[in-house]
Amino acid sequence: MSALFNFALAFAQLCFILAMCCAAARMMIGPRAQDRVLALDTLYINGLLTLLMLGMRTSTTIYFDIALLIALFGFVGSIALAKFLLRGEVVEP
Amino acid sequence: MSADMLPPWLLLPVSLLLIFGGLLTLLGSLGLLRMKTFYQRMHPPSMGNTMGAGCVLIASMLVSSGLAGRPVVHEVLIAVFIVTTSPITAMLLMGAAVHREASQREKREP
Amino acid sequence: MKRIAWLLMIGLTLMWLLLTGSASPGNVLLGAALSVAMTLWFSAVRPLHPHLRRPRAALRLFWRVAADVLRSNYAVARIVLGLTAKRNVHAGFVDIPLAVRDPHALATLAAIVTSTPGTVWANLSPDNRVLTLHVLDLRDPQHMRDTIKHRYEDLLREIFE
Repeated sequence: MSALFNFALAFAQLCFILAMCCAAARMMIGPRAQDRVLALDTLYINGLLTLLMLGMRTSTTIYFDIALLIALFGFVGSIALAKFLLRGEVVEP
Repeated sequence: MSADMLPPWLLLPVSLLLIFGGLLTLLGSLGLLRMKTFYQRMHPPSMGNTMGAGCVLIASMLVSSGLAGRPVVHEVLIAVFIVTTSPITAMLLMGAAVHREASQREKREP
Repeated sequence: MKRIAWLLMIGLTLMWLLLTGSASPGNVLLGAALSVAMTLWFSAVRPLHPHLRRPRAALRLFWRVAADVLRSNYAVARIVLGLTAKRNVHAGFVDIPLAVRDPHALATLAAIVTSTPGTVWANLSPDNRVLTLHVLDLRDPQHMRDTIKHRYEDLLREIFE
């Protein structure tokens, strides 16, 4: 059973890395700024999941804290970028 | 103690959840790459955000509970954050896209 | 008499316990003290309070949404893989008249709509009466309106209003 588990870990990690590649490609292609922000949003969720996989692989819980921080800061980043696209400024006076 | 020494009845659901979640997330990002217009591209990534992330978080919860020998549920926090924050991002991005497309059209045909 | 946000306090305490990862009596006390203090101080910032009427209906809504998330994941996966080649899938905006007024119910509806793949919240009219959704596979706008109305909105009104 541990062979299946190791295979599943490697497979899922490969999936997330490929997904990150797709999102990065979309970020390069664009074509408009909102596509890039959406790609960044997807990219950070995939990065978060990859970190959780690493945590399961190494049997530690340190990666959980990093994943939580990515969830928080990634959200703030996407919101700031989307707000900037909407209004042309992030914090309105 | 490393994670692959856990009992088989725990490793089997964890493995299935991981494979399923990985496939769903990959499909979501593939959709982001393949869809034609921005509005269509908004939809596939939310597969990874909901089911994909959910599967991996449950798997991670099972593994860390098995390792600690008691229920460990702190991964719920990440799920709560994703569920509460993704509507805000989606709403603002949709608003930004509608706004920018309208202003571009105005510039083209004044 | 101002209402006290019990649920928020309990939620914040639980979050503190989960983040610190221990449930010793001292830690519980510290978390509870912190969350009570934060809830009381910050209630001036956000004076709106949700009225949770029927917790059991909330549970029913949760299962319903979970089933819908599964189903729509399957549908969107088929579209991404191009398995719907026989009929052409076209996306579009739908206007949906809303009857719910409670802001917390609307926020919950936004979370539901966004987390089911295939529908995205696009716009809410300034008077909260008309919701615009973007739907990936738009077959019948009237069917979409009925789904939102009967599957989610009625339960949300039962829970929050």
